[in-house]
Amino acid sequence: MAEPFQILTSRTVVLADENIDTDQIIPARFLTTTAREGLGKLAFHDWRYDADGRDNPACVLNRIAPSAHRILVAGRNFGCGSSREHAPWALTDFGFRAVVSTGIADIFTSNALKNGLLPVVVDHATWDALAAHPGGSATIDLEACELRFGNHVAAFKVEPFARRCLLDGVDTLGWLAGRIPQIETYERRMS
Amino acid sequence: MPSPRPRTLFEKVWDAHLVEPEAEDRPAVLYVDLHLIHEVTSPQAFTALAERGLKVRRPDKTFATLDHSTPTLPTGADGKRPYVSEEAESQVHRLEQNCRDNGIDLQGWGSAHRGIVHVMAPELGLTQPGMVVVCGDSHTATHGAFGALAFGIGTSEVGHVLATQCLLQRRPKTLRVTVDGTLAPGVGGKDLALAIIAELGIGGGTGSVVEYAGEAIRALDMEARMTVCNMSIELGARAGMIAPDEKTMAWLRGRPRAPQGEAFEKAAERWSALASDSGVTFDREIRLDAATIKPMATWGTTPDTGIAIDANVPQAQSRARDYMRFDAGQAIAGAPVDVVFIGSCTNGRISDLRAAASVMRGRKVKSGVRALIVPGSEQVRREAEAEGLHEVFLAAGAEWRLPGCSMCIAMNGDLVAPGQLAVSTSNRNFEGRQGPGARTVLASPATAAASAIAGAIADPRPYLEARRG
Repeated sequence: MAEPFQILTSRTVVLADENIDTDQIIPARFLTTTAREGLGKLAFHDWRYDADGRDNPACVLNRIAPSAHRILVAGRNFGCGSSREHAPWALTDFGFRAVVSTGIADIFTSNALKNGLLPVVVDHATWDALAAHPGGSATIDLEACELRFGNHVAAFKVEPFARRCLLDGVDTLGWLAGRIPQIETYERRMS
Repeated sequence: MPSPRPRTLFEKVWDAHLVEPEAEDRPAVLYVDLHLIHEVTSPQAFTALAERGLKVRRPDKTFATLDHSTPTLPTGADGKRPYVSEEAESQVHRLEQNCRDNGIDLQGWGSAHRGIVHVMAPELGLTQPGMVVVCGDSHTATHGAFGALAFGIGTSEVGHVLATQCLLQRRPKTLRVTVDGTLAPGVGGKDLALAIIAELGIGGGTGSVVEYAGEAIRALDMEARMTVCNMSIELGARAGMIAPDEKTMAWLRGRPRAPQGEAFEKAAERWSALASDSGVTFDREIRLDAATIKPMATWGTTPDTGIAIDANVPQAQSRARDYMRFDAGQAIAGAPVDVVFIGSCTNGRISDLRAAASVMRGRKVKSGVRALIVPGSEQVRREAEAEGLHEVFLAAGAEWRLPGCSMCIAMNGDLVAPGQLAVSTSNRNFEGRQGPGARTVLASPATAAASAIAGAIADPRPYLEARRG
């Protein structure tokens, strides 16, 4: 169960490439784990490290303090590709609490929302303004559904049920498990 | 009485699975008929259930297989399976244990049906029209070829389905892709899929369920339909579906887990009514002409970069072109190839292997090229070996492996070395997908086989024509 997400003020990290797929976020060869913890060291592994495991100094993720940069600003169609929930597990363990893009893939969105990682989809003008100042400070207010930075205020949408769960720090499994009587009724009706 | 509102195939399946419809403040509770699990995306879900003292609610609607982390080489002289790591082996053992503990049917080692989850379930007849099918795997859309609503889910949702047999879902939008006309000889389902993705773009289907329709879709056999639906996720689509027809019924009839005898005929009648009604509207529609499609190959690092085999790589500089080390405007055909991979949930079925064999028969894989051929399931392996296809591949100098995901996701040790160029019948050409630094060109089984023979990206049609002539 994730900690509640209400308001987040942090610095940004910009990865401007479009179509950053889940194989970039965490390569498949690390998916043999049976745990969900401790995957932050593998986030963007092949971008952060060379073939010998040395830090790639060109990668911005090696030049920041993750605890101070919790907002990832990424190019269009972030999180495309596989359904691996290891992607948001790796990103949150690295330190991210939100991803801001002009488009975020469906399964990634669903997985992120269940792990306290807020997917924020904004228009191109807002994204351009935010991405123009990497490392700048921004505030994401989930109660108001607003992204604020500099003199910009941009509204964003979050699926209302997932938003409620994030605000309250509860997950959906408990809620769904409470619907068993309705599910049993459905099963009787269909049998 | 007014006639009921015309509905799409998707709407009919969706409506029939609503335990509770969606409301402003919460999604629909959607019932799942078939939950497929494998070793990679399930262990943390079983852990989540155990932590809350929840049980697997419907083990009878849950089916497991081993495919992603499994070696494709046989047990060694030491009696051990050659797993890539202890962690991979322990992940497989974890699923075996979870299935034993929860009474879940596992097609494990030794099963005559073990295979890639999206190959195994249809061939057993587990996948049926009108079902909601889910799996912790984005290529679950494959099952939509039967007129099922099938989509990939994350591990949290795997836990939801294990515990309740339901998911919370918002109703997606609908997109119809109509393909008119007839595919030319030597052009198949994979080429069609790559052409559709090139047309719509990698995020072009986000938020939508796609229905594939039209003369060219109807003309596809079931396996090619599975190939087309399989790659719906490469559009970003939630799912892809094709209305059930006589081909669907013929393919399913007699499968061990399908209804039998009288019950099948009754079900078939019900399934036939699933097709979209005339006069339905979709949120979006596009049309393609099948006759204009040629064998396809991708030049970039997203699946929407497919071009005709006789076309040129784009002029414009891009990170993708740099990564692939293609020159501006070079012909894609003729680029030297290091590895050829034929297999995966996209193209690991018997018809795919027949297509590859028809190119390779009596020919040799070019010296220096590694060709790996991996059947999608034990059943595909048996059929291929009964037909002697493995002998064709082995005589050509290719490797013939045990079933699994293998080099498509490259997490079992089957991988492409850094910098090598692979022509692959799989579904993703992302940077490093087939191994760190690997360069992947997506293509059909015939094109992959022709490229193995030529030692370079090659048009399969001359090879097929030489055979006919």
